[in-house]
This record gives sequence, C-alpha cells and structure tokens, in this order.
Amino acid sequence: MTMLVALPILLPLLAAGLSLVLGRFATLQRLLGVVVFTANAVLAVVLLAEADKSGPVVLQLGGWDAPVGITLVADRLSALLMLISMVVMLAVLVYSIGQRITDYGRSTSSTAFHPMYLVLGAGVSMAYLTGDLFNLFVAFEIMLGASYVLITRRTTATRVRAGMTYTIVSLTSSLLFITMIALVYAATGTVNLADLSGKVEALPVGVQSAMALMMIVVFGIKSAMVPLHFWLPDSYPTAPAPVTAVFAGLLTKVGVYALIRTQTLVFDHGESWTLLLWFSVITMIIGALGAIAQNDLNRLLSFLLVSHIGYMLFGLALYDVTGLAGAILYVVHHITVQATLFLVSGLLTRHTGTVALRGMGGLAKLYPAIALLFAIPALNLAGIPPFSGFVAKLALLEAGAEVGTTMAYVATGAAVLTSFLTLYAMAKVWVFAFWGKSKPPHPDPDPTDELIIGTGSTSRTMVSATSALVVFGVLIAVFAGPLSEISTRAATDLLDGGPYRTAVLGEEAE
Amino acid sequence: MSEGPPRSQPSGEKKRRTSLWEEWDTPQEHWLLVGSHRDGRERSLLLEVAARIIFPTVLVLSLYLLFAGHNRSGGGFSGGLVAGQAFVVRYLAGGPMEVRAAVGLRPPVIIGAGLSLAVLTGLAPIFWGEAPLTSAYVSMTLPVLGDVHVVSSLFLDMGVYLLIVGVVCDLLRTLGAGIEEQSPRPRRRPSG
Amino acid sequence: MTLAISVGLLVAGGVYLVVQRGMVRITFGFVLLGHAVNLLLVSGGGAFRREAPLMSETDASVAADPLPQAFVLTAIVIAFAITVYMLTLAGVGKRDDDTRGGPAVSGEKDEEKA
Repeated sequence: MTMLVALPILLPLLAAGLSLVLGRFATLQRLLGVVVFTANAVLAVVLLAEADKSGPVVLQLGGWDAPVGITLVADRLSALLMLISMVVMLAVLVYSIGQRITDYGRSTSSTAFHPMYLVLGAGVSMAYLTGDLFNLFVAFEIMLGASYVLITRRTTATRVRAGMTYTIVSLTSSLLFITMIALVYAATGTVNLADLSGKVEALPVGVQSAMALMMIVVFGIKSAMVPLHFWLPDSYPTAPAPVTAVFAGLLTKVGVYALIRTQTLVFDHGESWTLLLWFSVITMIIGALGAIAQNDLNRLLSFLLVSHIGYMLFGLALYDVTGLAGAILYVVHHITVQATLFLVSGLLTRHTGTVALRGMGGLAKLYPAIALLFAIPALNLAGIPPFSGFVAKLALLEAGAEVGTTMAYVATGAAVLTSFLTLYAMAKVWVFAFWGKSKPPHPDPDPTDELIIGTGSTSRTMVSATSALVVFGVLIAVFAGPLSEISTRAATDLLDGGPYRTAVLGEEAE
Repeated sequence: MSEGPPRSQPSGEKKRRTSLWEEWDTPQEHWLLVGSHRDGRERSLLLEVAARIIFPTVLVLSLYLLFAGHNRSGGGFSGGLVAGQAFVVRYLAGGPMEVRAAVGLRPPVIIGAGLSLAVLTGLAPIFWGEAPLTSAYVSMTLPVLGDVHVVSSLFLDMGVYLLIVGVVCDLLRTLGAGIEEQSPRPRRRPSG
Repeated sequence: MTLAISVGLLVAGGVYLVVQRGMVRITFGFVLLGHAVNLLLVSGGGAFRREAPLMSETDASVAADPLPQAFVLTAIVIAFAITVYMLTLAGVGKRDDDTRGGPAVSGEKDEEKA
C-alpha cells in the first residue's frame, strides 16, 4: 500500500518521457496522457480511502528514514486535493485534445504539450504528497518549469512579454523560497515538516515569526494573495484556454495548500490570526472590485480567482476546525469551478473571436448550451444555494461567526460582500455576453496565435469535457455531506498534527 | 534552414578515388567524413578537423565521468554536460549538419528515452518490495577491469546523461539557428 | 564571514542587473541572485563551524553537512534550466526591449566587420 504513494509522481514523469519518445504517434500520445491521469485519479481515491480509514500513508524513499531522507505522505487533505486536481487535469486534457483535433486534424502531434502537461501533473502530485520543505520547493519548480513552457508555447511577442512577467515573478518567489529554506535549516537543522513541527517551538519568537512571514510571502506569491497578486491577471489570460484553466484551477491552489500545510503543521498559532485575516479581507475585496472593472472576460475571471483565494485564506486565518474545514471544502469547490469557467470562456471565444465583453452579445440565443454551461459554474462561484459554492461559503461564514472576534466579523462581512460582488461580476458577463443584440463574430486577428481562435467550431469532445466538469462541480454539492465530514476530519488532523508526526517519524518520536 | 543530405552519401572527392592504394588509409568512420553539402558558410578546415578529432575524446571523458559518478566526482549530469560540450564543439565547427551527422535521433526522443530510463530505475525497486529510489550494490571481479562495483543508480545516471545530451542537442537545434543567421556569409564568388 | 560577503556582493550585482533594461541582463541578474541564495543555503549548514569533508583527514563529526550541499546541487540544476529558458525568451522576444540580437541588426554589424 505504501508503495502507491510514489506512483502519482513517478507515473506522469515516466509517461512524459514515453510521450516524448512517441512524439510522432499523436493518438498514442493522447491515449497515454488520458490513461495516466485516470490512473492518478484512481490512485488518489485509493489513498484517500486508506488515509481516512487508518491514518496517513507514508513512504520513505530510497530506504532513508525521516528526517534525513525524502518522505512522501498522503493524508486526508493531500489525497482529497490530489483527487480533485487529477480529475480536473483529466477533463482539461480531454478538452485540449478535442481542441487540437478540431484545429489541426487527428494526426498532427505536438512535441511539447503532452510531455509538459504530464510533467505539470507530476509536479502537482509531488507538491501535495511531499513531506519536506525542500521537496516542496522542487515540486513547485517542476510545476513552474512546465507552466513556463505551456504559457509561452506557440507564442507571439505580447505573450512572450506576459510570459516574462510570469517567469520573473515566479523566479523571485523561488529565490525567496530557497532563502526561507536556508533560514529554516540554519535554525533547526531539518527540513522535514513533521520534524520541524517539534523543533520550531523551541526557537526564539523572532525567528519563528521570520520563518512564518517568509512562508506567507513565498506561498502568497504562488497563491496570488493581494498585494502579491499583481502578476496573475497579466499572465494567466494570455495562455490558451485549457492552459489557463489548469493554471487557474490548480497552481494557485497548490500555493494555498502549501500555506495551509505549513501554517498548521509547523507553527501553532493557537487562535485566529489577525494578520492573515487582514490579508484575506483585502484579497477578497480588491479581487472582486478588480473583476468588476474588467472588459476582458479572461481578465475578469482572473481577478475573481484572486478574490476567491481570499476565502481560503479566511478559513485558514480563523484557525479552528470549522474554519479549516471550510477552507478545504472551498479549495475543492474552487479548483473545479474556476477551471470550468475558463474552459467555457475558451468555448465562447471560439465563437466570438474576441475576449472583450463589449464585443459579444446575444450568445444565449445563439448558443444556449454554452450559456447553460456558463450559468451553472457562474452561479456556483457566486454561492447561490443549491451549488457547492454555497455549501463552502456557508461553512466559512459559520466558522467566522463562531470565532466571534471583531476582526473575524469584519472578515465575515467582507466574505458576504465579496459574494455579492462576484454575483454582480457574473451578472455583468451575462448581460453583456449572453443578452442583448447578437454581434457578428470577429475575424481571427492572428492565425498563428492559439490564444483566440475565432474558428467558430467547437467539437463534441470539447463541449463534453466542459460539461463533465460542470457536472462534477454539481456533484460536489450533491456529496457535500460526506465531503464536509471528510474535510472536518482533515481539519482536525491538521490542527492536531499528532497522527502526521507519528506516521512520519515513527512511534518513539512522540 | 537548408537541409543536408544524409551522411552516408559519398562526397564528390570520394567518388574520384580509384585505386585500392589510395583508399586503404582514407577515413571510413563517419565522425571523420565531411558531408558533401555545405550551407554556404565560411568553413575553417582546421577547426572542423580539430573538432572531429576532439569529439570522441570528449565523449570518452564524459563516459568516464558517468561511470565514476557514484563514489567520485562526476555523475550523469556532469557527464551529460561534458558530452553536450562535444556536440557544441561540432556545432561551432560545422553548424547544425555536423550535429545531425553525429546523432541520428531527434533530440526529443533522446530526452524522452533518458527520462523514461531514469524514472524506470527509480520505480524498479517496487518489484523487489523495496521503496522507490532504493539502490542495490553489486561487486564483482572481472578479468580485465579488476574489482568492479556496480550500483543500480548507475542506470538513473545514464538516464540523466541521455536527458542532458538530448537537451543540449535540442538547444543547438532551436536556439542555435540564431547563431547561424548572425555568422558571416561568404561574398558571392565566381567559382566555389 | 567570507560567505556573508560573497552573498552580499552577489546580491548587489544581481539587483543591479535585474533593474536594467534588457532580458539578457535581467537573466544574468537572476543567475547572480540564484548563486547568492545558494551560498546562503550552504551557510545554513553551519559552514563556519565545519571543515572540508575530506574523509581521510577530517573527523566525520566536524565534516561539512552534506544535506545543504545536496539542496544546493538540486537548486543549481533547476536554476540552470530556468536560465536556459529565460535566455530563450530573450532570444524569441526580440524588439520589445533594448536587448540586441535581432538577426537584421547583428547581421549588418557583422557585415561591417567583415
């Protein structure tokens, strides 16, 4: 059983290698990708079941035990998030295969996309499963390396520029990450998270705060927390729809996961955390206001992404079981919904030939199916009752009210306000794009650029991949009961930390 | 970019040769043969020949680094980089054709093969019930080489070696194109 | 102290280069910054109180800590890959900053030299 923990990382890497070798055989390459992500999703289910039944599944790589060797850990939180991530990656892969076939025919292969996408998958799994800080860095680098290539593939000058912004910002955060690791290692002599959690308490308070703050800055950049979000709306919308969807769905959430993991396991804040509450409030409000001001559909969605990161930070900052459970539920909900919205935006822009809201109109009448596909995740994101967004938001609001400090009430108020602002932004998209007079599609401005293809054609594969994600998003609401139970158990684990430490370090360490 | 004919095609010079006495010491190994086609750049014969003579030596050095890797300085990464330098030298001397003449495979295939080999080595211990990335150790005495220690992580190093060589070749193929455009072109002469 | 001074110098040089115009200079700046943080990581292993790991001469208890060295090795490889990628960007994204290297421009310069 423990061997299974390594597979979600090694399988995609192996497949990436094979995918490069198979470069000329397009169908095999596609099949390989789909099989690997399906296998990873199945593995995640198995690991989740095992972790839920009998505690974290731990694998010490290469026979070197923690804290010296590399440790992989699958506990409830990491297995749950990995499951959702792999399902989303699978759907997006199917979508992009559909897009590729529609645009270039069945037989054209792509050298870079499939291997890089698989490497990205390996990086995401590794970030969830790793049990030490340095491997978290390596996982981030694997993810970022793949994302650099994906964001600038088949590129134009403007997109290279956006890619530069993205690269430089990510590189800066990586440098800070290494600095933070140097600090942690110098202070404690270990980078194993479980080992750290025992040693950090003995440090002077100043060193502890420096470490915690550096982690907030590093993971804050990755997860686009205001005021460290500025790079995201400039870079994500410049990638083709499937790439943006998977970045928006996963990469920022991996940052949030890292923040949740380190701040609960390594540090013990004890009570709700005012500084992070402030950050969550400004993230929610500024993101939502930024979204309302946009005319570009993808930029609008990117700002909404920033805004909703605030909800997860809010849940973490409350620092109790209900808050963390809400945050986990929110991550699960948001990964799915955000990816879905970007995919729908990809479908829309193929028909309109533009991402400008003012250039669209009357789409509800022309493409009722796409309108429905947009409406469900949009309402879901805004938190309208039957959907998962409502469940997750409700959990967070309850937790905010439960904590009951002034700052918690302020943040709760901000969360409600942001929910309305999100609804307003979505209503704006709806009014501009789906209602009104229909406008003729814009001609393709640059045929070599994959970003906007006004071909007007969407294949059945693309639509069904998007629909599958929409249905998956709705299913999250259907299974909200068991999901919130499991996230409550995960949150309890996080705040306790005991089972994780015992599982990694062995019994005698306790 | 102009495509060169495959390297097996005999050069004009070679066709002219008739007698066995002239042929016995003419080079047959393809690392010494000059392709018949040139893309019209100025060539330095000295550099080209020197590059071809250095090439195998550097490759042997890179293999030494690869095999010495586990207990001494070296390893797949540095070995691969040194081997990559060998290709860079060939490239500087003769342009992309030279690199293509040196390796027949497309660079992505080399990268992919290297990555797969490395990951498979990492995965292999699972079949013996050990944790992934565990390495095994075999000592034996061979007739000529003496005591040899073989570590299973050597295969991982080989994978890394291939990967790096592939990356360097790929870089030469994609980025190198710019260097060619910038390098001086010969003035048109009446006869070649 | 040597490490601290080296880190300081590298960061100074790196920051100077990063704020320049031109992708190539920015890339070199990040290379310097990368080396700076790598040295920081080495110093995190307590380089001041340990000695070179020459196993025949140094006692194992005071030999240098191998873990930060492994970290740095990994970080160097990653930095190498990203440097290559950034140089590629600098090569592809011509004419949107003052990075020279458009084929037309340098081609002419070479003509002048020849």
